[in-house]
Amino acid sequence: MREVAVVGFAQRQMEEFDGSPTCVELLVPLFAECYEQTGWSRRDIGFWCSGSSDYLAGRSFSFVQAVDAIGVIPPVNESHVEMDAAWALYEAWLKIQTGEVDTALVYGFGKSSAGVLRRTLSLQLDPYTMTPLWPDTVSLAGLQARAGIDAGLWDERAMAEVANRSLTDAEKNEYAVRKGGSSVEELLARPMYADPLRKHDCAPVTDGAAAMVLAAGDRAREVCDRPAWITGFSHYVDPISMGTRDLTRSPSAARAAAAAGTEGVEVAELHAPFSHQELVLKRELGLADDVVVNPSGGALAGNPMFTGGLIRFGEAAKKVWQGDASRVLGHATSGPALQQNIVCTMEGRN
Amino acid sequence: MSRTLSAPVTVAFDYTRSTGPVLGRFLTGLREKRVVGVRTSEGRVVVPPPEFDPVTHQQVDDFVEVADTGTVTSWTWVPEPVEGQPLDRPFAFALVTLDGADAPMVHALDVSSPDQVRTGMRVRVRWAEERVGAITDVACFEPAEDAPTGSAIELGDLGANPVTGVVTPVELDYQYAASPEESAFYRAIAEGRIIGQRCPACGKVYVPPRSACPADGTPTTDEVELSHTGTVTTFCIVNVPFLGQRITPPYVSAYVLLDGADIAFLHLILDIPAEEVRMGMRVKAVWKPREEWGTTIENISHFSPTGEPDADYDTYKHHL
Repeated sequence: MREVAVVGFAQRQMEEFDGSPTCVELLVPLFAECYEQTGWSRRDIGFWCSGSSDYLAGRSFSFVQAVDAIGVIPPVNESHVEMDAAWALYEAWLKIQTGEVDTALVYGFGKSSAGVLRRTLSLQLDPYTMTPLWPDTVSLAGLQARAGIDAGLWDERAMAEVANRSLTDAEKNEYAVRKGGSSVEELLARPMYADPLRKHDCAPVTDGAAAMVLAAGDRAREVCDRPAWITGFSHYVDPISMGTRDLTRSPSAARAAAAAGTEGVEVAELHAPFSHQELVLKRELGLADDVVVNPSGGALAGNPMFTGGLIRFGEAAKKVWQGDASRVLGHATSGPALQQNIVCTMEGRN
Repeated sequence: MSRTLSAPVTVAFDYTRSTGPVLGRFLTGLREKRVVGVRTSEGRVVVPPPEFDPVTHQQVDDFVEVADTGTVTSWTWVPEPVEGQPLDRPFAFALVTLDGADAPMVHALDVSSPDQVRTGMRVRVRWAEERVGAITDVACFEPAEDAPTGSAIELGDLGANPVTGVVTPVELDYQYAASPEESAFYRAIAEGRIIGQRCPACGKVYVPPRSACPADGTPTTDEVELSHTGTVTTFCIVNVPFLGQRITPPYVSAYVLLDGADIAFLHLILDIPAEEVRMGMRVKAVWKPREEWGTTIENISHFSPTGEPDADYDTYKHHL
């Protein structure tokens, strides 16, 4: 395996982006930040890969329009996934592993506020037995949360503890769109929204974009004092049917974590768009109690579609760059109720 | 004035899907007010039936019929239903394990408040009055506390007219915003002007303007007012009728390179027989009457020949 590290990262999150869903306007300054962090120009990037969706944009070929932000004369080596950009990062990492390129810039973008996000996401479900009922994202997460409560695996207090810690930590995150902790009691006193979920149990609808730079071996060392070297990277999926899975578990997350290897992880950024999902993930990933979870505030503080996961990777990598941690973990999820999961572990070397 | 222009956009499509033998049986059953499940290799009865066994991956064939009564195994309140959901007032989505089944299915439960739902409550299918062979033939579940417990039975004959396909209409509503540069373009069009943006790095002028130069990724900064005359770089004669067509074929759709611009844009060439349109032909914008103008490219009705001599090929060869 080639040594590959995260050496650049930039992000934007906002409640409502007053601009085109092609997000070129957001991406140009993000790429500029990545060039500044690495000292590179677009000509130093061997491979580009993005994550986005036309369903979110409300137009066809939105990812092609976004390529304007790169500049494609001379032509660039480019690909796209209709998933969170965390999966685009996986493709870029594989591309570097093939030896074809040494560097990659991965980006994602999405204007969730252009439509009704929880409704749009119904279209990722089974088209015969699910989509015609338009089961929205919040409802599916509510079914999952109740299943865990009924099984005695967690309760509303445990969910509120996740939310309170996340919103408190988010106060230090300049990009968070929802922040400000209070107390578990105060959160529990707030009204139910989608019983058993309160609004703070659900990630806010967020617009945004993010970009990340990968580099192999010496290319990484040249541009970063302490690169976040990728030590494990794996993804798995569970069946899409809500009826045939145990909703309180996420076998795909457990498998991805086992394949990536979680030994010695000090900081974990978990992509849990609903508070109880962090509890599922902690169990499935086998994280010890002393692992710091979501110091950025996590997805409950901001969850732009198609970068909510990549941002977790970026926040984890920053801990390595800054010397705050030696081994970190980034996780991203996609699909209904933690159906698809990807885990990336990174380390700093002295 | 807001920074950008935006407008509502609805994207709609009726997805037509074949059902295959497994889902076809399930949906045929629903049309006949019968719920069809399948027994998997592990002996579990699953509804709706998976097409392939989750363990052996063989196509399933052990069909059973389960009751239309069942038990709630999980539920969530839906305080603000979205368009298309089974009920247009607050309701519960529930996982319901039907009597005779071992795995739950997702559907709506018609109750008026969360106080009226609990895990373990007994429910019954409320069948839609008109059934077509779709999951929506189950209108929803309704409380049925006194319903006796049913069980699975062998699946009998479902009749001579099996469901082989479903049509699923999908409609999504957006508020679609133009970029700041596109917004400036449309605001200018509403005043009878055509503006583009110049790339500060390579000097190329784009119309309609783009947020970044597609050649080098540099944000465009300088607004440029453009001429209303230009050159046909390439064109096609539209002979095929299609849904929503506004002009009777044959007519010409062409790329017009406005004088001073570096990218051509698509518009109609009228006021000339289609067979006389040619590359290099000089054309000018024909505007609709001013009272019909809005923030739309349709303010320009079409392009019409100017009568000037054709442009030299060298003047547009880099814009093809």
